[in-house]
Amino acid sequence: MKPYNLPDARGHFGPYGGLFVAETLMQPLEDLLRAYESLRADAAFQEEFAEDLRLYVGRPSPLYPAKRLTQLWGGARVYLKREDLNHTGAHKINNTIGQALVARHMGKKRVIAETGAGQHGVATATVAARFGMQCVVYMGAEDIKRQAINVYRMKLLGAEVVPVTSGSKTLKDALNEAMRDWVTNVETTFYVIGTVAGPHPYPMMVRDFQTVIGREVRYQIMEFEGRLPDALVACVGGGSNAMGLFYPFLGDESVALYGVEAAGEGIASGHHAATLCAGRPGVLHGNRTYLLESDDGQIIETHSISAGLDYPGVGPEHAWLKDSKRATYAAITDREALEAFHELTRIEGIMPALESSHAIAYAKKLARELGRDKVMVVNLSGRGDKDIHTVANLEGILL
Amino acid sequence: MARIETTFARLKQQGRKALIPYITAGDPLPRITVPLLHALVKAGADIVELGVPFSDPMADGPVIQRATERALVHGVSLRDVLTMVREFRTTDRDTPIVLMGYLNPVEVMGYERFATEAARAGVDGVLLVDLPPEEAGEVTPVLRRHGLDQVFLLAPTSPVERIRRIAGVASGFIYYVSLRGVTGAAHLDIDEVRGRLQAIRGETRLPLGVGFGINDPDTAARMAQLADAVIVGSALVKRMEERVNHPDTIIQDIPAFLASLRAAMDAGTSRSVAGGQR
Repeated sequence: MKPYNLPDARGHFGPYGGLFVAETLMQPLEDLLRAYESLRADAAFQEEFAEDLRLYVGRPSPLYPAKRLTQLWGGARVYLKREDLNHTGAHKINNTIGQALVARHMGKKRVIAETGAGQHGVATATVAARFGMQCVVYMGAEDIKRQAINVYRMKLLGAEVVPVTSGSKTLKDALNEAMRDWVTNVETTFYVIGTVAGPHPYPMMVRDFQTVIGREVRYQIMEFEGRLPDALVACVGGGSNAMGLFYPFLGDESVALYGVEAAGEGIASGHHAATLCAGRPGVLHGNRTYLLESDDGQIIETHSISAGLDYPGVGPEHAWLKDSKRATYAAITDREALEAFHELTRIEGIMPALESSHAIAYAKKLARELGRDKVMVVNLSGRGDKDIHTVANLEGILL
Repeated sequence: MARIETTFARLKQQGRKALIPYITAGDPLPRITVPLLHALVKAGADIVELGVPFSDPMADGPVIQRATERALVHGVSLRDVLTMVREFRTTDRDTPIVLMGYLNPVEVMGYERFATEAARAGVDGVLLVDLPPEEAGEVTPVLRRHGLDQVFLLAPTSPVERIRRIAGVASGFIYYVSLRGVTGAAHLDIDEVRGRLQAIRGETRLPLGVGFGINDPDTAARMAQLADAVIVGSALVKRMEERVNHPDTIIQDIPAFLASLRAAMDAGTSRSVAGGQR
């Protein structure tokens, strides 16, 4: 296998990625790239980042051998990477800490972000409070209604939450709006993108900040098994938790990589967010990647029980890993994810986010296929507290 | 000679500046677009920019995004836009049309097919907002082969190396984005624009158009003194939005507003520039 060294200098992962933005943003993105490349090679910056991950986020997060789940499923030995135990309850904070540090080094005092379910918004508002920065979060008006608690959480942290009423009033529209803010205020403002998508260098930078997940798994699994795992499983919306887990293993051919998308009500129903499984290549939000689009190139509305997977695009590196067949992508329906949510909660006493529940549901199928002598690591990317209302509503319970 | 080049040459001889209105194709109703294009030409448009609706118009402000949404309600596709251009061309053989939009619909149609059909329909130039020259390597030669000009944006944030790079690949004219922000934003700094245009003229002989933030006759007149073309988009589209419940008044009112800009531009230097910044 050739050594993996993507993206290239202009942000391409094979035909994917790149820099598809209006001229006004070209120079600011060039400035960001230069700043990030110099910090990436700077030991003091890396030390600063590592220390924040340790003292503020609470890393390393445990690798937990899920013995009861392993026994119940009757297949491969299952380990859960506990990103749900991070400060703010998900992997998102790894990235926002990293980007806030870059922002500080670039002298920016205002940060903006887009958010769907509110997790990335909360993670951005949290680090903005921590670093004393002004914070504005763009959120679809529909999502604001569905995620009242996260909206209030962001406000408590001192962020301004701006409702977005254009388009489908969800995550993709919030991203459009955040991009507009950035174009207008680019001299003072740093745009904290929440996933491995967007124009170069974001997919690379966000991936780099999230690779702490996979690097920890590499040494943690050695302590239990004395060898690398046979399979890694993670959910994919934009795909940052999956890239963070996969990246340190890309060169290890014996480690199979599985990304799990949201099949919503089933791919055949058309109500889903399974971009890699059912989409095709196109250009959106600054990069070329797989998209869910109409026959004439309009981006279509997606559906998933999990707001964090409800996005019509996907990180360009996943598009490349799919085409190059290094990773395999599958999709799990709302119903399967919900069953997995309950199963993990009852069997291990761990309540997963609905996003992560997609990975758990797929892992259950895979565990049996792999068989008992195999080792599998599932990324538990976030905790389920935020989803209790959604789950209760679906079961007709009024809280 | 290509229609855009001919138009600028003629205007230069007459000592006039080009007025370029922008409308989104299909806004608010598909049947309005072609008659409106003709009416805009009659009111003084020298070139017309026709927006191709896209679901995620990231570089546009809320006014044009809403126009896009109104068009998409009627399912207006890139193919429909080309049909509108073909219809316009049956009675207007002289006024250049520049399609302005985003890459994805073009990519879905295929570059070769798009260029073939656009040229055949009578399109003269193409401005793909989210396609910088760095990523245009496959598109540019296809457009050129079909005789389509490729218009690029330059921004206040573009340093001299980027100005050179874009001057090297652009054709037809260069569109200078006169302020930081999206279409329809406020705060136009005339002195900054003047300085930037001088810098760009040092690198290219192409005509320079200025757009973003031009919303009244006074500003149009002042910009016409600095640039070769004045581009007006959100100011028109906003007036169309105000008449969305009476779409047939659009055909009179929007060209009337454009005519007021034309008059102010043609009055030119004789006109006082009092009133200061707005």
